[in-house]
Amino acid sequence: MPLTLLVFVPLLGAAAVLLQTDERTIWSSAFIFSLIPLALSFYLFVDFDPHQGGYQFVEQYQWIPQFGISYHLGMDGISLFLVLLTTILITLSLLYSGGGDIEMRPREFCFLMLFLESGLLGTFLALDLFLFYVFWEAMLVPMYFLIGIWGHGRRIYATFKFVLFTMLGSLLMLVAIIYLARAARTSVGYLTFDLADLYRVTLSPTEARWLFAGFAIAFAVKVPLWPVHTWLPDAHTEAPTAGSVILAGVMLKAGAYGFIRFAIPLFPSVAVEAIPLFMALAVVGIIYGALLAMVQPDLKRLVAYSSVSHLGFVILGIFAFDPQGVEGAVYQMLNHGLSTGALFLLVGMLYLRRHTREIAEFGGLWSSVPICAGIFMVVMLSSIGLPGLNGFVGEFLILLGAYLSLKIAVYFAVAGLILGALYMMWAYERVMWGPLTKAVNITIADLSGREIAVMAPLLALMFFMGLYPRPLLNRMQPSVEALLARVHTAQAQIQRKRTPASSSFGKSASIASPLLASSGKSK
Amino acid sequence: MTAFNLSTIDFSWLPILPLIAVAIGAMVVMLVGVRLEDEDSASLGFLVLVTLLAAFIFTMFELGQNTLAFHGSLAIDDYAVFFASLIIIATALTVAMSLEYAADAGLAGAEYYALVLFAALGMMLMAAADDLIVIFLGLETMSIAVYALAGFLRRDPKSNEAAIKYFLLGAFSTGFLLYGIALIYGATGTIRLEPIRASLTGGIGANPLLLLGLGMMLIGFGFKVAAVPFHMWTPDAYEGAPTPITAFMAVGVKLAAFAGFLRIFMANLGVISTEWTAVLWMLAVLTMTVGNIIALVQTNIKRMLAYSAIAHAGYVIVGMAAGGGHDAGGAILYYLLAYAFTNLGAFAVVVALERGAEAHDEISDYRGLAREHPGLAAAMALCLLSLTGVPPLAGFVAKFYIFAAALNAGLVWLVIIAVLNSVVSAYYYVGVIVAMYMQEGGVTVERMSRRPGLLISIGVGVAGVIALGIYPQPYMGAAVNAFASALGRQPIHTVSMLP
Repeated sequence: MPLTLLVFVPLLGAAAVLLQTDERTIWSSAFIFSLIPLALSFYLFVDFDPHQGGYQFVEQYQWIPQFGISYHLGMDGISLFLVLLTTILITLSLLYSGGGDIEMRPREFCFLMLFLESGLLGTFLALDLFLFYVFWEAMLVPMYFLIGIWGHGRRIYATFKFVLFTMLGSLLMLVAIIYLARAARTSVGYLTFDLADLYRVTLSPTEARWLFAGFAIAFAVKVPLWPVHTWLPDAHTEAPTAGSVILAGVMLKAGAYGFIRFAIPLFPSVAVEAIPLFMALAVVGIIYGALLAMVQPDLKRLVAYSSVSHLGFVILGIFAFDPQGVEGAVYQMLNHGLSTGALFLLVGMLYLRRHTREIAEFGGLWSSVPICAGIFMVVMLSSIGLPGLNGFVGEFLILLGAYLSLKIAVYFAVAGLILGALYMMWAYERVMWGPLTKAVNITIADLSGREIAVMAPLLALMFFMGLYPRPLLNRMQPSVEALLARVHTAQAQIQRKRTPASSSFGKSASIASPLLASSGKSK
Repeated sequence: MTAFNLSTIDFSWLPILPLIAVAIGAMVVMLVGVRLEDEDSASLGFLVLVTLLAAFIFTMFELGQNTLAFHGSLAIDDYAVFFASLIIIATALTVAMSLEYAADAGLAGAEYYALVLFAALGMMLMAAADDLIVIFLGLETMSIAVYALAGFLRRDPKSNEAAIKYFLLGAFSTGFLLYGIALIYGATGTIRLEPIRASLTGGIGANPLLLLGLGMMLIGFGFKVAAVPFHMWTPDAYEGAPTPITAFMAVGVKLAAFAGFLRIFMANLGVISTEWTAVLWMLAVLTMTVGNIIALVQTNIKRMLAYSAIAHAGYVIVGMAAGGGHDAGGAILYYLLAYAFTNLGAFAVVVALERGAEAHDEISDYRGLAREHPGLAAAMALCLLSLTGVPPLAGFVAKFYIFAAALNAGLVWLVIIAVLNSVVSAYYYVGVIVAMYMQEGGVTVERMSRRPGLLISIGVGVAGVIALGIYPQPYMGAAVNAFASALGRQPIHTVSMLP
């Protein structure tokens, strides 16, 4: 029951908001309705059993029995944190947007934000592929509207691009989902869309490759992986601040989550085959995103391209197929959600004051808005991975994991890390330091109480996650290991096929053992 | 001559009670209408609604009976009931949309409503026909009424064009159909579907006459369901006709045409479906692709919805290409159900924007609609998203069901083409949403509270779009049952008590 409440309370809130007419009550009721799922998700975090790798708080009811479709929700150590990230960022975005960022049509805005929250939470909790698809598509609709109605200059172009890219990916995934369920009828015995049943489906290698491609394209568009990232800079730049926060902070994670939850465990042998491809795409994304971020004159676009680079790290960590790598990837997903969310909020705050995002329009803000500059610095350092802040933990784990499986990728990724530090610090320097050249910048106001209240929880989490990652990592660990168990079985099978039967056991054991040993040590 | 005996009463009239009700209703409307001014035509509309309610109740009594009537010319099975009830709902919503529209536009009420009822009669007859001649009879009853309705705006040249184009091409296509029927009769010696099916269980053999006849019928039905390349009449007819009639054409006519098409080609001749799977495959690809691509460049919403209707016929044909199994039949019927509600809702919004002489049917007229009329815009957005196939709306479940059936039949590439088509279609559907929500401008729309008929039509359409999407199970069950009855899986027993 708690998960159903979690998913549908925001929807109820959305309906309640529609009935309001007064602007103040709209904002406050939306905020209160976003606090309920936030409180619920904290309760689930505390109540979550960290020693269990399976799904917890599971609910399952028949929905369309003709097709073996059920309403099946459950939470493991990976989705738990994405749920938390969603509830935190939605609440903060609403708090921020009510402070003057959104003046036009607040009722529709709050309705769509809460609707979006429902879709996102459902996406992270669904354990039935049909249900997952429903939430996956349903969460896109409010996002179209958020970008299209409250966005900036080229918002309509950005909306169309976003719609078409994501639709293409997800409809191909729908075909793959149906095909997989059909395959279940022959190998499991009945038509089913339930994830646990679909894990048992046996497929020919060709079928598995095509189906993996169907899923992977949908998720790669969402992550976004180079070269299907081109919708992202437009959508992020044109979206209103709250839209960018949710888009970058949560929605991109849905793509990475899709790999972890669906694409990889459903087709582990194909995923193992595809390691070089995904590592290469990830590394290209890391470097390419960083290089493009460096030359952006627009601060928001810079942050958008930095997302391409950061999400490359996440994919790198996932496809390392090593406990450190995958845990690092999940950790990095949270880090990116917090730091990029915070960066978009700060850019939004600056935009609200100056109505521009051109880096050249700023300069020397340190002396006129010290609080803003101070917060910006912490966020920037978190984003580039300074030890002591959250970014470091994630990046370190990813690089460690990837180093164990593919050294060459790590060399490039480290180069990307350095580039990342470079463009962020350079941008910071041009915005905050130096002399105050523009007269308008002298008189702008520092952050308001409300804005500080929005940023404070984010900063607190950055420090907490940087200094004390244990409560998070130990909740992730069993779930990550359950995923890797599937992958390593497939890996061993491939090894066995390639080498004669006698030597195969020794070889696969020697691959697995250092990974297992190191995972034991680090905790 | 013996004395009066109860056993001489022919009870085979009972199964056609719904048809009789509609026919009598139409005649009464005509008679009463003579004495009414055109401005008061709304009261005739209520009479029509009462007639349809009666017909609906009679139809519901036939659920599960699965009988043959008139020596097997009519099959009163769940399939017929499914289509008849859907046709009655579509007709009722058309009438509800017309209540204010017809009075506003000064249409001749008596003729208008009587023709709508006659058309509905023809459609219901097509759904129940188990005999090629009766199908033809139904088709003509429907078509002639709709030709006249399409041209009902006498002073509007576009409406005249619509009627003439629709009539000429329609008559042409009927020729194909009749020729096909004649050839099939020549090849099999019967016009009844049961014996034709029985004669084909051993395969088609070397029978070019039959094959030619089937081809001719395929063309005839292709015209009626507006499949490419037989779709040329659709956009002009849809654009020129009075908008409620456009809705009626897009939903009612299409439902009836598919009812006949499916009954012949899938339910009865499914045994030899391998003969035309390739043809249907091509037809589906052409219909979807051409419909969607031409829809991209439309600036008039009625033309856009016309091309969208063509594209949706293509998705239905994808299901037909999947063959005669249960699976595909249920999927197609469910698709048509979802299609009907979604389109009725969308067209009702188009009617709402019209105002007397001003059509307001350009997509640019929808700019800024969300600001002035959030309810109308939201209803339109829901219908368009359903047409796109976004969950959890009716259109999504319907597409899912069709794709599942086609994948089950191994038509992977056809499904991939259909999916890519859905992406293309997103562009023009979202275009209207963008206009409504993200652009400024707009036309003034009369308050909806003064137009209860329209409000109900939109409400029913939207309720269907949501209900069919969120809780599809019972409707899927009904669709599967209906198709199974047409396949003859349920026991069919004759009630005819003639000696």
